[in-house]
Amino acid sequence: MGKDAELRGTTTLDGFRVLWVGVRREPKVFTVATLGAVLFGVLTVADAWVLGWSTQHVLIPAFDNGEIGTDMLVWVFALFMAVAILRAAGIVARRLGGGIMYYRMQSHTRRAVTRQYLALPMEWHQRHPTGQLLSNAYSDVEAAWSPIMPLPMALGTVVMMAIAVVQMFLADTVLAFVGLLVFPAVVAANLLYQHYSSPLMTRAQGLRAEVSEIAHESFDGAMVVKTLGRETEETDRFGAKARELRDVNIRAGRIRAVFDPALASLPGLGVLVVLAVGVARVTSGATEAGDVVTVAYLLTIVSFPIRAIGWLLGEFPRSVVGYRRAKAVLDARGSMEWGDAELPRTEQGALLQLEDLHYSYDADSPLLRGVDFDVRPGRTVALVGPTASGKSTLTSLMTRLVDPDSGTVRVDGRDVTELRKGQLSESVSLVPQTAFMFDDTVRDNVTLGADVTDDEVWAALRTAQADGFVAALPGGLDSLLGERGTSLSGGQRQRLSLARALVRRPRLLILDDATSAVDPEVEARILASLRDDVDGSAASLVVVAYRKATISLADEVVHLDEGRVVGRGTHAELLASSPAYAQLVNAYEVDGTPLASSTGVDAEGTTR
Amino acid sequence: MSATTSEPTSGTKMDSGEEIGALATIRLGMLYSPELREGLGWTLVLAVIASCGQIVVPIAVQQTLDKGLDGPGGPRFDYVAWMGVLAAFAIVVTSVASYAMTSRLFTTSEHGLATLRTKAFRHVHDLPLLTQNTERRGALVSRVTSDVDQVSQFLVFGGLIFIVSIGQMLVATVLMLVYSWELAAVVWLCFAPLFLSIRWFQKKLSAAYTVVRQQVGVLLGAISEPVVGAAVVRTYGVEDRTQRRIDTAIQDWQDAYTHAQTYTVTSFSLGGLSAGLANAGVIIVGILLGFTSDMTPGRVLAFAFLVTLFVGPVQMGTQILTDAQNAIASWRRVLGILETPADLVDPGADGETLPRGPIDVRFDHVGFAYPAGPPVLRDIDLTIEAGTRVAIVGETGSGKSTFAKLLTRLMDPTEGSVLLDGIDVRRIDARSLRRSVVLVPQEGFLFDDTIAANVRYGRLGASEDEIRASALELGIDDWLSGLPRGLHTPVGQRGESLSAGERQLVALLRAHLADPDLLVLDEATSAVDPALEMQIGRALERLMQSRTSVTIAHRLSTAESADEVIVVDKGRVVQRGPHAELVTQAGSVYSGLHASWTAQHSHA
Ligand SMILES: Nc1ncnc2c1ncn2[C@@H]1O[C@H](COP(=O)(O)OP(=O)(O)OP(=O)(O)O)[C@@H](O)[C@H]1O
Ligand SMILES: Nc1ncnc2c1ncn2[C@@H]1O[C@H](COP(=O)(O)OP(=O)(O)OP(=O)(O)O)[C@@H](O)[C@H]1O
Ligand SMILES: [Mg+2]
Ligand SMILES: [Mg+2]
Repeated sequence: MGKDAELRGTTTLDGFRVLWVGVRREPKVFTVATLGAVLFGVLTVADAWVLGWSTQHVLIPAFDNGEIGTDMLVWVFALFMAVAILRAAGIVARRLGGGIMYYRMQSHTRRAVTRQYLALPMEWHQRHPTGQLLSNAYSDVEAAWSPIMPLPMALGTVVMMAIAVVQMFLADTVLAFVGLLVFPAVVAANLLYQHYSSPLMTRAQGLRAEVSEIAHESFDGAMVVKTLGRETEETDRFGAKARELRDVNIRAGRIRAVFDPALASLPGLGVLVVLAVGVARVTSGATEAGDVVTVAYLLTIVSFPIRAIGWLLGEFPRSVVGYRRAKAVLDARGSMEWGDAELPRTEQGALLQLEDLHYSYDADSPLLRGVDFDVRPGRTVALVGPTASGKSTLTSLMTRLVDPDSGTVRVDGRDVTELRKGQLSESVSLVPQTAFMFDDTVRDNVTLGADVTDDEVWAALRTAQADGFVAALPGGLDSLLGERGTSLSGGQRQRLSLARALVRRPRLLILDDATSAVDPEVEARILASLRDDVDGSAASLVVVAYRKATISLADEVVHLDEGRVVGRGTHAELLASSPAYAQLVNAYEVDGTPLASSTGVDAEGTTR
Repeated sequence: MSATTSEPTSGTKMDSGEEIGALATIRLGMLYSPELREGLGWTLVLAVIASCGQIVVPIAVQQTLDKGLDGPGGPRFDYVAWMGVLAAFAIVVTSVASYAMTSRLFTTSEHGLATLRTKAFRHVHDLPLLTQNTERRGALVSRVTSDVDQVSQFLVFGGLIFIVSIGQMLVATVLMLVYSWELAAVVWLCFAPLFLSIRWFQKKLSAAYTVVRQQVGVLLGAISEPVVGAAVVRTYGVEDRTQRRIDTAIQDWQDAYTHAQTYTVTSFSLGGLSAGLANAGVIIVGILLGFTSDMTPGRVLAFAFLVTLFVGPVQMGTQILTDAQNAIASWRRVLGILETPADLVDPGADGETLPRGPIDVRFDHVGFAYPAGPPVLRDIDLTIEAGTRVAIVGETGSGKSTFAKLLTRLMDPTEGSVLLDGIDVRRIDARSLRRSVVLVPQEGFLFDDTIAANVRYGRLGASEDEIRASALELGIDDWLSGLPRGLHTPVGQRGESLSAGERQLVALLRAHLADPDLLVLDEATSAVDPALEMQIGRALERLMQSRTSVTIAHRLSTAESADEVIVVDKGRVVQRGPHAELVTQAGSVYSGLHASWTAQHSHA
């Protein structure tokens, strides 16, 4: 599979293996296309036969007799047209079949690759740039199946070749053998070609992915590029990769430029050898001139097929490389294991238990170091801690976006790793720190396909204080938001993201600093209604927040610092007992006095 | 296009390129990639040699067999030898010519396309923000990647062969005319339906492949979204729905391609039928001619051979013509980018340069509406004195970020004008503008590199010491030195390996390093903890002493310390003045905002 040693070079055999995968996947279309190609090949020969027949039976007699019956002309016409129509049918079957097989195989692989994207864990995604994944799913897949188009044609001509070879042997065995030397020569040429071009193809395909990565990232950050006026530097960065790709493509092209004519001239050279040997044999009386003619003629006929096969083989290195790159995604391991336990079906708030959680992104510097706390059903816990203390990481453990290195997350007493897939997201909703919008309507962004009525959507929007601006949008719930919600203001996106969570009526709602872009006034309203809503359905709530109004809603505050719980209790208790906590949440109040006088206040110790 | 154009300029849609005709596409393509023209003449000569050589070999073999081997007097060695030498020579010449041609083609087309790719990439960045947003990222990426690859295939394997095919076709026609103009007419008559239908097929194919290329963009968009939004897809457990959407895009792509292929196949098989018709026609008409003229069977047969010489290039030509539609559709999409006017015209060297030092800002009756949307800002008329610190507050969606984008010329106003130091921003040289005016946008974005590399976007080539010094000035050196890998910490895609607060710190450091005269902060510290935010606020206060700063924040602590507060409500400026003055205006928008802010922070 994706082993390093194998990634180095490709062989013709690998190319056939990839094709074989395709043939097994789409046997019917493949058969139709191949039969079409064979039909085409046979009828190409038939064309010559019809011409011969017409000459013999119609043309010559007509000129000899000086007259011709209409029926004979009709025959000529019918014969030519019959062959032409059948051949056209062959073309349709071959090309349409080849095309359909090619597109279908790309679709199959893309479906598999994208399924993998959805199945693989977050941790895998963090290691793979979007641009690369796009390239794996598009251009690598396309490259992988590119030999399918010329495949039927090549197979059809192999049949023609087989016929030709048999005829050659019938004519003269020795000369046939001499002529057949062409075949090992073709194989050798091809091996050489693979040898020289496959490293370049590998490189080119990798560079294509890199070019796509840079483009994707740069367009993604277009606003930053613009605000800092870095267009030229970005263009240089992109241009350098584009040129690298260009140079590799040119080198690969040069090799192809050698290979193509070499392959094309082999049959011609073969004929010359046959003639040389043939003349010698005719002189020594070992064979007749007619047989030499036949063998030479047949060899000329196969020269075109050999080129068709050359086109097929020429696609192999790119195909094998593309296939391996796509396969690497398909073979990636580490999708999350889910169990089959279920959560109770109740309206009650969920019980969340975090037991001695340890987590690190980087083995050298552990981030969470033994986090332990519970959120009892229906209660609200505020998670407070300085920047980069691990709050968001903790929320992603609670929702099983990632699994802890050690320790257990339990919901309603169940280890979340034992739950059936989909169970957790039915009961637990997270509003992430950065709102993400899909390029879709307001309704779809809120429901994400869940089966909820428009009334429920509006209710959720109202709670999130988003009903006002949504109602003002020209299309209301049907308004399209643009990619990542570009047509909304930051606060509007956040509120839709809130509504998305609320509409699901989760039993545990986790808000990761989800109101930062919302004005204080509006936030106060959201919090008030959230509290009502939450109380009504008695959901449990975890809020990551700094605002005291939010914190004061909480039954308990967990103070997180440097990946450890350094304090727990009510807001008042913590204020009294922990100077670090007080300093963190009271920072604004210090400024109650004019700022000039507070400049000297040292905020040391609140940052890592 | 003048720099001071007064018509509304925001929100031009990205040109799809679909209206560019096929020939115009090629002409335009050559214009943008001048390399494609280089040495075209010689390449053409090589192509002719190579294709002639391909005919010489079979003819030589034919002659050898006919005259040398099978001749009346038995095998003629000298003749065979000569023919052999001739054929070998032809093979060598053909191979060399063909090698030279192909490698030249690869060289020029790859050079031309790399140039095209890079130009298109650059142009995307030169387009106004709103125009960039009219196209999905995935689709934009496909326009500078897979679309260009598609053109390359055509240029290398299609373009020249097409020209050569036309040439061969013409030569065959001339030969046919010399043999018998009547039969030549018959052949052309049989091919007439094909030739006449080509235009129709071209249209259909062009439309079909345009759909194909669009679907490629849609497909990439569909794939990229759940990749970028992987966390949301997982937390909400909407994998199935997401997959269905991708599957739909895949299916649509496949249907579009299959549809296009149907036309290709039909036109190609029509070529086959025409050939059959021509063969039959030549024999039949040849016989009929035999009765009335000097036509002989030998000439009819020779003519039949000429027909094959004619049919070959015709079929090759139609095939290339159909395949070309895919390439042309791709080419158009790339060129479409370049043809989209960069309507925030940079006056360039003709533009004025902002003098260094604090900038004063003037909004002269500015109004703004997003394309096809209602007015977002109305009649904003205000001045911000050089060297002052201004805070902008207002409800969500009131137009604060829009104000910031107009101020930094990410968009041009639809009414009125924005003046910096008394100069209309549309007349300021873009380089000077970006040098002096820096915006830290609400949506932070970092590049997948180290912290050091990211902040260097602010000042190219800044040394690590300079960066550390800047961090110290901003009061975030504790944070920076606390990172295990310091400045070399990789930030991950879009900065996602940092915490949200840390991302903002990097963006801030980047802006500070740029050393602007006018700094615009749009919620730049919204995710940073209060203690650190206050610390940064105090540092900025010092640093902004000799500059103008405009800060947008929901946390009113910023407003409290600003020289002046501008309150925006529903797209209008409703209040302005120092904090102390505004809070006392009972019943005003500001006093309301402030009351709820203090309510949130003063008690537990
Ligand atoms: N690209 C866009 N296309 C169309 N409408 C937009 C676009 N960007 C913003 N808007 C609309 O313009 C209005 C003002 O948006 P803006 O981003 O300026 O608000 P804001 O005051 O910054 O809000 P927030 O505090 O939430 O960031 C909003 O109603 C928003 O929906
Ligand atoms: N994907 C990641 N890879 C590597 N390191 C990461 C990743 N995500 C976060 N970190 C690091 O883990 C630490 C904690 O990050 P986290 O996002 O959990 O902080 P936070 O408490 O939510 O901070 P903030 O208040 O800024 O949102 C940070 O130092 C950050 O750099
Ligand atoms: Mg966070
Ligand atoms: Mg905003």
